[in-house]
Amino acid sequence: MAWFSISHLRKTYGDFIAVDDVDIAVAKGEFLVLLGPSGCGKTTTLRMIAGFIAPSSGRISIGENDVTDLPPWKRHCGLVFQSYALFPHMTVAQNVAFGLETHKVPEAERGPRVMEALRLVRLEGFEKRYPRELSGGQQQRVALARALAMEPQVLLLDEPLSNLDAKLRLEVRIEIRELQQKLGLTTVMVTHDQEEALTMADRLVVMERGKVRQIGTQRELYERPANRFVADFIGRSAFIGGKVMALGQFQTSGGLSVACRSASVVGPATLALRPERVAIGSEAEGLPNRFQAKVVHASYLGALLDVQVALNAHDRLLLQIPNRAGLSEPRPGEVMTIGWAEDAGLVFGEG
Amino acid sequence: MSAIRLRAARFALNAAAAFSLGFILLPLFFVTWLAFFRQEIPSFPPEGYSLQWFAAAAANKSFVDGFILSLQVGIAATLIGLLLGVPASLALVRHRIPLGPGVNTFLLLPLVMPGIVLGTATYVFQIEVEITTSVPVMGSLVGLIAAHTLVVIPWVVRLVTASLAGFDRSIEEAAQNLGAGPVTTFWRVTLPSIRPGIVAAALFGFVTSFGNLEMSLFLVGPGRTTLPIAILQYLEWKIDPTVAAASLIQIVLIGVSMIVTDRYVKLSRVV
Repeated sequence: MAWFSISHLRKTYGDFIAVDDVDIAVAKGEFLVLLGPSGCGKTTTLRMIAGFIAPSSGRISIGENDVTDLPPWKRHCGLVFQSYALFPHMTVAQNVAFGLETHKVPEAERGPRVMEALRLVRLEGFEKRYPRELSGGQQQRVALARALAMEPQVLLLDEPLSNLDAKLRLEVRIEIRELQQKLGLTTVMVTHDQEEALTMADRLVVMERGKVRQIGTQRELYERPANRFVADFIGRSAFIGGKVMALGQFQTSGGLSVACRSASVVGPATLALRPERVAIGSEAEGLPNRFQAKVVHASYLGALLDVQVALNAHDRLLLQIPNRAGLSEPRPGEVMTIGWAEDAGLVFGEG
Repeated sequence: MSAIRLRAARFALNAAAAFSLGFILLPLFFVTWLAFFRQEIPSFPPEGYSLQWFAAAAANKSFVDGFILSLQVGIAATLIGLLLGVPASLALVRHRIPLGPGVNTFLLLPLVMPGIVLGTATYVFQIEVEITTSVPVMGSLVGLIAAHTLVVIPWVVRLVTASLAGFDRSIEEAAQNLGAGPVTTFWRVTLPSIRPGIVAAALFGFVTSFGNLEMSLFLVGPGRTTLPIAILQYLEWKIDPTVAAASLIQIVLIGVSMIVTDRYVKLSRVV
């Protein structure tokens, strides 16, 4: 049951289509992440939800209410800004109380609710400080407390972690996720950071050039990407050009014949292979697609070895070899046997 | 070699700065000194020191009346200037208004226009208004305040547009997101954020109005004289240190108000 939904949302600026026919339904308590490269329309979508941008067409509804035509101050969705946007002339407590005052919460109730919000983000004792006296991480938590205090119907997060340093980012994303689950908050977050999206989301919406490319859980996106863009954007894939000859039959541009379950529509296509699904040496025995491959480049990444191999002049693949005891590092020029199962390769038709 | 050159350059810079500062401060120093001379005709060296001229200035009715009028006109002009200038600045910075840069320059114009020209133009304008409408504008308090508002507006526009330019608009969006309508957002978030600019504008606008002589000369009516004009009129007949004492009181008042303002808003950061 969708608690919050966007239907056929569209935003155009002259000829430029920023957001194109976006349909999203979010269940109550769900953490949804809008993910995509910059300029994909994810931030525009979030700003339309918050009411700062008027959609060209389409509807947005929260709970029972259609909010499409409501101004931002009547939407009751708490937004955490990328820049935090704290009020510099107000103390932490005044910042957090702001939303309570505008919503006419009785004065006696405000104090306890401010304290509760600050306790949730572990900022007790900072009430009287000014934002400029806080670190980036603390400011971010004030922004979160301020949005939480007014008990929003939907929590919106606009790249909330992008201004934190790398180590803090890892901590904060788990903190936010735990808080969201504890409070059962329906949340929509925008990010371009894939790892961040994967760790925090219940479901993800992958966007590109204003369009939704796929909606699904982490596993769905990784294992069953709907198109080449998603296969490339989520995780890593090696792409081999070629064409589908017949049902289950893919021929690479280098002339190799590959057995593939998902090859159905005859014509030019691309084969995508996840590096960890490619077996090496004796592990490749008995697999339907077995080839000799020459090592082009190997990188030592600690837990893994990243190896690029060439099957022939045209077809290249990416392998990942776990770093086990006694592993001999492949050297450029070395030839090895590799192989993969029929269902490991995904074929995407062109156009 | 280059170290010596650098030292020489630094010395030259410091000397130039000291000279300029001295150039500005020397008259102030002499006015201050003179105000305490005992003798009536200023001459060096002083025959002794006394506070009698301060008493004389305070007892001089035209000085006291002038001071009160200047204060009234200055405060009124500053308030009206803010009421007009702040919305104008918001419009200039926030909205793409037709001929925006032109309008901006136009609003700053009274600052660069010679006071005599401004005074003459306002004088002619007020006479024309009076002839056409039969409303007695010329020499009236309203006419004087209107003219002074003209010299306050450039300060407001310049300082407020400057503070708005560096203003992060996402805090206004944050306020709206937290349930504040446009009016609440303006009063509780926008206005406090540009407050330093507004305070500085009010201060400089007031000082400009308070010290204005050239323009006011054309516009004062009988029995209505501002302090600078009262001082000028006094000087036509007498040159005793009363004038220096009156000026010193003025300088101290302005200086104190600047220091007090600076405690709340760092003027050096705004201007």
